[in-house]
Amino acid sequence: MSAPENGVNAETVRKIARLSRLHVAEGRLVPLADELNGILGWIEQLNEVDVDGVEPMTSAVDVSAPLRADQITDGGKRDAVLANAPKSDSGFYVVPRSVE
Amino acid sequence: MFTAERVADEKDWMKGETGDWELIIGLEVHAQVSSNAKLFSGAATEYGAEPNTQVSLVDAGMPGMLPVINEFCVEQAVRTGLGLNAQINLFSRFDRKNYFYVDLPQGYQISQFEHPIVGEGEIEIHPEDGDAVKVGIERLHLEQDAGKSVHDLSDDETYVDLNRSGVALMEIVSKPDMRSPEEASAYVDKLRGIVRALGTCDGDMEKGNLRADVNVSVRRPGGELGTRCEIKNVNSLRFIRQAINHEARRQIEIIEAGGTIDQETRLYDSVKNETRSMRSKEDAHDYRYFPDPDLLPLQLEQSFVDNIKATLPELPDARKARFVEEFGIPAYDAGVLTADKVTGDYYETTAKGRDGKIAANWVMGELFGALNKAGIDLADSPVSAENLGGLLDRIADNTISGKIAKTVFEKMFEGGGSADEIIEREGLKQVTDTGAIEAMVQEALDANPAQVEKAKQNPKLLGFFVGQVMKASGGKANPQAVNQILRAKLGL
Amino acid sequence: MSDLTNLTLESALTGMASGDFSSEEITRAHIDACMEAADLNAFITTTFEQAMDMAKASDARRAKGEVGKLEGAPLGVKDLFCTEGVKTTAASQILGDFKPPYESTVSANMKADGMVMLGKLNLDEFAMGSSNETSSYGNVVNPWKNGEELVPGGSSGGSAAAVAADICLGATATDTGGSIRQPASFTGTVGIKPTYGRCSRWGIVAFASSLDQAGPIAKTVKDSAILLDSMAGYDPKDSTSLNVDNGDWVNSCGKSIKGLRIGIPKEYTVDGMPTEIQSLWDQGIEWMKDAGAEIVPVSLPHTKYALPAYYIVAPAEASSNLARYDGMRYGARVDGENLNDTYERTRAAGFGPEVQRRIMIGTYVLSAGYYDAYYLRAQKVRTRISEDFKNAWENCDALLTPTCPSAPFAIGRKLNDPITMYLNDIFTVTANLAGLPGISVPAALDQDGLPLGLQIIGKALDEDTVFAAAGALEKAANFTAKPKKWWV
Ligand SMILES: [Mg+2]
Ligand SMILES: [Zn+2]
Repeated sequence: MSAPENGVNAETVRKIARLSRLHVAEGRLVPLADELNGILGWIEQLNEVDVDGVEPMTSAVDVSAPLRADQITDGGKRDAVLANAPKSDSGFYVVPRSVE
Repeated sequence: MFTAERVADEKDWMKGETGDWELIIGLEVHAQVSSNAKLFSGAATEYGAEPNTQVSLVDAGMPGMLPVINEFCVEQAVRTGLGLNAQINLFSRFDRKNYFYVDLPQGYQISQFEHPIVGEGEIEIHPEDGDAVKVGIERLHLEQDAGKSVHDLSDDETYVDLNRSGVALMEIVSKPDMRSPEEASAYVDKLRGIVRALGTCDGDMEKGNLRADVNVSVRRPGGELGTRCEIKNVNSLRFIRQAINHEARRQIEIIEAGGTIDQETRLYDSVKNETRSMRSKEDAHDYRYFPDPDLLPLQLEQSFVDNIKATLPELPDARKARFVEEFGIPAYDAGVLTADKVTGDYYETTAKGRDGKIAANWVMGELFGALNKAGIDLADSPVSAENLGGLLDRIADNTISGKIAKTVFEKMFEGGGSADEIIEREGLKQVTDTGAIEAMVQEALDANPAQVEKAKQNPKLLGFFVGQVMKASGGKANPQAVNQILRAKLGL
Repeated sequence: MSDLTNLTLESALTGMASGDFSSEEITRAHIDACMEAADLNAFITTTFEQAMDMAKASDARRAKGEVGKLEGAPLGVKDLFCTEGVKTTAASQILGDFKPPYESTVSANMKADGMVMLGKLNLDEFAMGSSNETSSYGNVVNPWKNGEELVPGGSSGGSAAAVAADICLGATATDTGGSIRQPASFTGTVGIKPTYGRCSRWGIVAFASSLDQAGPIAKTVKDSAILLDSMAGYDPKDSTSLNVDNGDWVNSCGKSIKGLRIGIPKEYTVDGMPTEIQSLWDQGIEWMKDAGAEIVPVSLPHTKYALPAYYIVAPAEASSNLARYDGMRYGARVDGENLNDTYERTRAAGFGPEVQRRIMIGTYVLSAGYYDAYYLRAQKVRTRISEDFKNAWENCDALLTPTCPSAPFAIGRKLNDPITMYLNDIFTVTANLAGLPGISVPAALDQDGLPLGLQIIGKALDEDTVFAAAGALEKAANFTAKPKKWWV
């Protein structure tokens, strides 16, 4: 397994974990970097494929997106919407304060 | 492309300690599509509902819930694109913009990044104190709105209402073609007029249905471009001007003190009239856009676009030009009368088949004055366009004088009804019976022998007698007839 | 009445139709079997009481002459399908006690057709795994054993183990890179992943949206056709659902394959593959020939790149699909010092290590500066893989390959070596990338007495041919072995 061209280090792992909103203990950064590099190194074999002029495939279905009519068919189910909420009050979801 | 070549008029330069500065402004306007249901779900969009009552499980980001595109929203985006004289892209695609926030239930916003539904276009704006300016449109794309966070119901928690979550927005991105706060607000005002004329967005800025992100940078006049800052969600034309002024001033002060501008997102505080940074630096954003795998590309038929084109209403600019041409009114009047659809329609009904200039004077003078005084919108005017038109007809055929017409108008404004009904009821019909007028003229001459002599020397004094006769007739005597008879009797 | 659990779905439906036994009886027999098989850990949640109610209601419907496609059949549902009012976990802690106020389209279709739901089956967490060892509800044990306890495959390990152990007549499953076919191969059951877009994804917890597809795990090819016919169908709530009719799948299972051109892709011979698997494949070729098929060598040159491409595309989509699990609107919230800390602690506590690993890989390959090198390139490779199949279809009507490069392995053996684990899906993942139907049919036992499967891959929307070829394969292989019921 070759080292990936775009290898990650502890700092990259910290950044990715932050973007992913995953708490990673300081001591796990290096082991995680090693793990990810193992996978990324294996993935790098894709560089062998000639993809010049090839369109990326974003879906296995080759039709246009279906469109629906502009009708109100949903909503009015606040109880169902809030039923599983860790915390709710007066019809609102209640979450940790998002501004200082 | 970017028209950086255009240098602002000198009057728009900002004075700094070290010399003059020029403002470079671009806008991203979010216009809420006037649809019944949301962009990707069947929940309602109506404003002001109880929290979380207009939320589907899709809008709440429940596991396994999937988006399906609202056709009407696609149509409105195309319609708006056509109104902006822009390229309509038959192939477009929805992408995910990934970030975490409490009012973003899915953890991503579905937007259009690489392939927007509308490409480049151009509109012309008319700032109040300057020449017409062309503003390039970079793109228009469809995206979903986020929910609403409420911070004042608890000291240490945030309350979240997802009623707005998933509502369809058109993000209209301009090129950085504006050079002054006035141009920026004229641009937003023009956009507002266009979407309202098209019926694609109600343009209500107070409700946040049309709001602007303003990109501002400063440079030496004609010089190299500076670093821009984005001011988010400004929701009135006045605030747009104030925010730009403040932000440009802030940037100039930093640069002149030897500092540099950080590209960042800022917030306009209309209470303190200042902008401030919205996000801390460590929270650098990386939205990781990629095509939404839950949605297939949107592929439109040319006929879909052509059908929309065929039903496109006349836009403010075109209507203004036509009013000048068809009704012979000055460009300024035409601009006022086409500012929005209701005004344009009102004027057009009033002026059709009549003297356009007189109609314009009545609409902009008597009518607007009375509405203003009473605090009533034109849409709710007690005087209908048909009735005002009828009033103008009675002036034209000499049934009433212009002066009496004002009385008729007042009655109309108070209680409604047609001009004919009011004239009949109030006995305001002009006296054209020459015998009756002759008697009144004779009476006036007999009562003022000294004035008769003077008037014979100086015909300009004829007005005195006209006034006397008009007074005696309660304003109903036909002024032309009075004049004629007077002149004959005095031998003039 | 314990032998009611040995029936196939087909014979159970026939038995109820001819009044040999009621839904209540066969459901009771399966509930008993489920309780005896607790050691397999196949279920996360059982719904036995509701099952008995559903069985009674089914019997009542039958008495009135209302008989659906699955009328009265006790079945299991992978715990990735949202089921109204019944806890749905995706085998993750992050969903907490989430009880969906809605029913997935696939399970709703089956309920409308008379299904009796026994419960929610175990799986790899968020369907990310090939051994069912990443489940936060404990691993599933393969009913097949060779001294040590073996994995049932994954991610639909609970579904496969339950069907193999005769505790469900059949089960729903999902397949993103092989998660139906690989566990079917590991447990001696039949599993089909239909063409992408056949089964609605609405209400199924998403892993990788452009690859996920539901399908059944069953005891026979015909049972799988009966189940798929109930599960599949157009759903306007899923934009990627195909508006096409189901084929005549149940009847296709018995159709002759005389003259059918079966392609043998040379790239499916991989280094280190056990000779037993190569010889089973050769045997399969002979069976197809004997059934009248024409054997055609074909080349799918980009096969070896399918798995690395998959390990970019799937984590990328997953990193975004799993962003909604943030402890704000549902699921378990772990309070932190501030909002971001709450997000981070909630997600770190709620997701297991494999899920976190894939979220981070996915975040990385989509992030600024790496998108083109990883994600975009992978999507282009995906186009190449899809083109390979299109070229192959010029010369053949379906492909025959092994399902997996190995027999089921011991629990714990590959857990700490992600790439070795990923290689399990090497033969199945191509069909996901190209959106094609693929079925695994049990074909033989290896020298340790463990089941091995062969796979048929067909053209998009050509499940009829897939079922015909699978039926012929099943007939020739005559695989009748059953695991010993050591758990009883
Ligand atoms: Mg923006
Ligand atoms: Zn936007």
